[in-house]
Amino acid sequence: MALIKINGKEHEVESDLSILEAVRGEGYEIPTLCYHPDLSISGGCRLCIVEDVDSGQLITSCSTGVTEGLEIKTASERVERARRSVVDLLLSDHPLDCMICEADGNCTLQDLAYRYGLNESTLGSKIDPRFEIEHDNPFIVHDPDKCILCGRCIRVDNEIQCSDAIDFINRGFTTRIAAALEKDLGDDDSTCVFCGQCVEMCPTGALTYKPSIGEGREYNLEHTETTCGYCGVGCKLDLKTRGNKVVEVGSIYREGTPNPVGEACVKGRFGYEFIDHPDRLKTPLIKDKETGEFNEASWDEALDYIGDKFNQIKEESGGDAFGALCSARCSNEDNYLMQKLMRAGLGSHTIDHCARL
Amino acid sequence: MKSLEELKEIRDKYKNEIQIRKKEFREEEHIHKAHVMVCTGTGCVSSGARDVVAEFNDELGSRNLEDEVKVVGTGCHGLCELGPLVIVYPEGTFYSEITRDDVAEIVEEHIIDGQIVERLLYEDKSGKKIAGYNDIDFYKRQKRIALKNCGKINPESIEEYFAEGGYEALGKVIDELSPEEVIEMVKDSGLRGRGGGGFPTGLKWSFAAGAPGDKKYVICNADEGDPGAFMDRSVLEGDPHGIIEGMAISAYAIGADEGYIYVRAEYPLAVMRLKKAIIDAEEYGILGDNIYDSDFSFDLHVKEGAGAFVCGEETALMQSIEGNRGMPTPRPPYPAVKGLWGKPTNINNVETLVNIPYIILEGPEKFSAVGTEGSKGTKVFALTGKVNNTGLVEIAMGTTLREIIFDIGGGVQGGKEFKAVQTGGPSGGCVPKEHLDLSIDYESLLDVGAMMGSGGMVVMDEDTCMVDVARFFLDFTQSESCGKCTPCRIGTKRMLQILERITQGDGQGGDIDLLLELGARVKETSLCGLGQTAPNPVLSTIKFFRDEYEAHIYDNYCPTGSCDELALPYWIDKDICIGCTACVNECPVDAISGERKEPHVIDEDACISCGACAEICPVDAIFQK
Amino acid sequence: MTCACNGEKNKEKYFEPLYMIFEEYGPDDKNLIPVLQNAQDEYGYLPEDVLKEISSHMKIPLCKVYGVVTFYTQFHLEPRGDNIIRVCMGTACHVRGASDIFEVVNDELGIADGETTEDLKFTLERVACIGACGLAPVIMVNDNTHGRLTPDKTREVLDIYR
Repeated sequence: MALIKINGKEHEVESDLSILEAVRGEGYEIPTLCYHPDLSISGGCRLCIVEDVDSGQLITSCSTGVTEGLEIKTASERVERARRSVVDLLLSDHPLDCMICEADGNCTLQDLAYRYGLNESTLGSKIDPRFEIEHDNPFIVHDPDKCILCGRCIRVDNEIQCSDAIDFINRGFTTRIAAALEKDLGDDDSTCVFCGQCVEMCPTGALTYKPSIGEGREYNLEHTETTCGYCGVGCKLDLKTRGNKVVEVGSIYREGTPNPVGEACVKGRFGYEFIDHPDRLKTPLIKDKETGEFNEASWDEALDYIGDKFNQIKEESGGDAFGALCSARCSNEDNYLMQKLMRAGLGSHTIDHCARL
Repeated sequence: MKSLEELKEIRDKYKNEIQIRKKEFREEEHIHKAHVMVCTGTGCVSSGARDVVAEFNDELGSRNLEDEVKVVGTGCHGLCELGPLVIVYPEGTFYSEITRDDVAEIVEEHIIDGQIVERLLYEDKSGKKIAGYNDIDFYKRQKRIALKNCGKINPESIEEYFAEGGYEALGKVIDELSPEEVIEMVKDSGLRGRGGGGFPTGLKWSFAAGAPGDKKYVICNADEGDPGAFMDRSVLEGDPHGIIEGMAISAYAIGADEGYIYVRAEYPLAVMRLKKAIIDAEEYGILGDNIYDSDFSFDLHVKEGAGAFVCGEETALMQSIEGNRGMPTPRPPYPAVKGLWGKPTNINNVETLVNIPYIILEGPEKFSAVGTEGSKGTKVFALTGKVNNTGLVEIAMGTTLREIIFDIGGGVQGGKEFKAVQTGGPSGGCVPKEHLDLSIDYESLLDVGAMMGSGGMVVMDEDTCMVDVARFFLDFTQSESCGKCTPCRIGTKRMLQILERITQGDGQGGDIDLLLELGARVKETSLCGLGQTAPNPVLSTIKFFRDEYEAHIYDNYCPTGSCDELALPYWIDKDICIGCTACVNECPVDAISGERKEPHVIDEDACISCGACAEICPVDAIFQK
Repeated sequence: MTCACNGEKNKEKYFEPLYMIFEEYGPDDKNLIPVLQNAQDEYGYLPEDVLKEISSHMKIPLCKVYGVVTFYTQFHLEPRGDNIIRVCMGTACHVRGASDIFEVVNDELGIADGETTEDLKFTLERVACIGACGLAPVIMVNDNTHGRLTPDKTREVLDIYR
């Protein structure tokens, strides 16, 4: 433990924490843009600066560890002035289109502009875009003009998903984030798997989900925590709905889940269109042998029909006449029950499994 | 080579070879009749030094003198402006601006007949010819420690380095001193980092030495990139072994067994000489395993940069060696604890390292006897800009700016008035004439808003626009920003845009305050040294030349006439004008009117200050306001 | 040299110089920059195919290779002229009229900063200080430094390389 002083008040904190973690843990607020607890430290956005009373320097709290006797100010006039200037600079290179931005209400930069009372930058506004919007793939839209280069997308891509699909390119004021050879994320040369974690990490509207455009913004949406139905891993997902319609799948960051840092695959993230698809089967169908038509039936009817047929086949041809194919979309328990049904119930060993989704 | 004794034997053998270049030379000891030292630093090479060397060899060969007279290519002498430079020993006669056509004359008259070729001697300000190298003002007032071998030996010959006592300091630390004692000596010498910040070198070494870990690295930062600076280049080209020896000693002191020299790729000659020096040192067993038969082993690699100024920042430099984009990382952790590949690493600049062998051999007291209370030893500066003698100078700390610019540098070119000197490159500031008597040391330069930096010193005269100078440096830092942190990436861009509009005549009231505010915040909040110092040229020019900024913004004119958009209109002196109408026809905007044979007038509002009229005027009657 | 990957054989021939470079530098991250430098020396610039081959051989993600290439000014993604003219814009050159020298080259060759003439003879670049301040203003053509330039002298220098 280390004894530190925050804004003149003494606190005892774990000694292996960064100043940011320790200060937030004690209930003080420090704004950040490039920091995320699940990612490595960048130190680039400069918003988490605090004043080190001993040296008189402004230091980044995310990258500096606590030390015994440390005394800091988290919101002194000097600190706030410096942070305000950082936000001011970011706004001077950011389009002021919150009214139509997908990230409205879910944008850290917007929150910061609100906090510092900046309806536009004191250094002038960005009128003409500097970059083109990239949207050649079906899933992710990238607007580099809204990017503040915090690099969280790159770090989640490289450190968590390990796709190594995106990185910084160029340098200085022309720096931006791009996939290999500046091609689209969906290009043959791209290693992107469309897990969507970069979008989840983006603190602004630079990265958005293409299928969700126009479907509503953070404050329009209801959240339902669910378990992904696609495979047996059981990822936790945040289904975002508007008027009972799923419009986006968000991440849930929680220790102890199969996907503690919000991982998902392209199916879990984007494969929700089927839910409201007109071709989706909602009741069992039984084929009319005369007409060849499929007719809607109740579950009881359908199960009775199948049971009768199973008995009939078993009597006529024996258990070997059955074969079963189950799915990786089912849980282990489901698959266990399937083989139990086949072996013990119907007397067949012909059981296979489609290991693809 | 297995021991210091063996080294001393080799040294003595080669000492005779170069004895002819020494003051205490006695004729009966001579091996050669003469040594012709031709500077083959980058400056002289680009003025044709290689041709001169070839011509000397041809000329001497055709007279069968090649065994008697040795032609030696050396490192930089500093007076690049007057290159190619040739010094003939034993007399030590200094010839400047030598072309291949002059070679036969030097061989004939000087080497064979023993007559100095007056015509080719250096001429001082008063027009006096000076023969002796050490009698020239430019050299007389210098104190050479870091540059002691530059220009004196053949940098491509390890034997000549041995002859000057090279690698004895390394032998001494391995044989006689513990790592702790070496660090103490460096601490006692008071040596501070010559790359810019001025951090005490001994203290820096003690951090890396004290950091836990089996594997440690030493790095020589030779990524000299400040515009207007070429000190490190000259040392790299002129005394590569001095750097290698300094690095080996630092490796011994901190417990490292591997080192990297990170050198700009724009310095091909330096890279070539360093690589040769490493191979030669390896062949003598001075690099590699069990140096001088001890437990100390040291491997050294050259790593070429790829064109990024920010890689002079030590964390970015390490990123670059590791094969990444050269983007700095926050400190702490400091390289001494967690550096290259996460291992404790000590990074020193070229000039810092080349001082080390001297400190070890001559003792820290002798080193610290030179300089001021807080800044010991000497500092090399690259003196450039509007000064008569441009070149490399090494002076004792505490020398005044006036002595450097006027006594060594020979004053401002063309008799113009001195305005300011810019020190510290893009991180530094401009020092105006009221501070010319400032003693040069780390603190006093900081006090006036400049900094020692790596040693660029650019002299500016009355014609230099200080707003344009600030814009120039900001343009540089802005384009070299890595883009990682917000204040540097966007802040320097915004500052540059403000400076651009001021120099283009679109400055707005409040721009100066905006620059001051933005500059202060960028300094305070940037991640690395590049951003933290980038506003300095702007802040210091505002501090000392605020009136020039105000003239640009409020009076819409550039006092020096440098900013094209703000150039002053021309006017015609009625008393001189003969009414020839030449100017009327020349004016692209029809701003001139007047009757033939009558004095003409220029409409100031229409004039675009192109100067075409003044150029064509046969009687020089047209002037700029 | 352009890649004419009609078949495996051509491809092999095209990449032969690259494989020689790989023999000297193993697949280690720290060798990425030297490999790129050597490859550029060999091919004159860094074509896309070469970058891809470097990425797959060195097992370094292509986006990282590309990020490194675009960070350092030394690397070029487009073909370059036989003669590279670098006009120094360092402080000393700046105060001694470097921009006039740049304009002369620009006028004479009809190319702007970073551009290459259509006949692939010249590429023009503004560069930061090249450390020959004593000779300001200075240009470098390939590895040769030409100093103390005036507009007329600049034209003479260009003629040498035409």
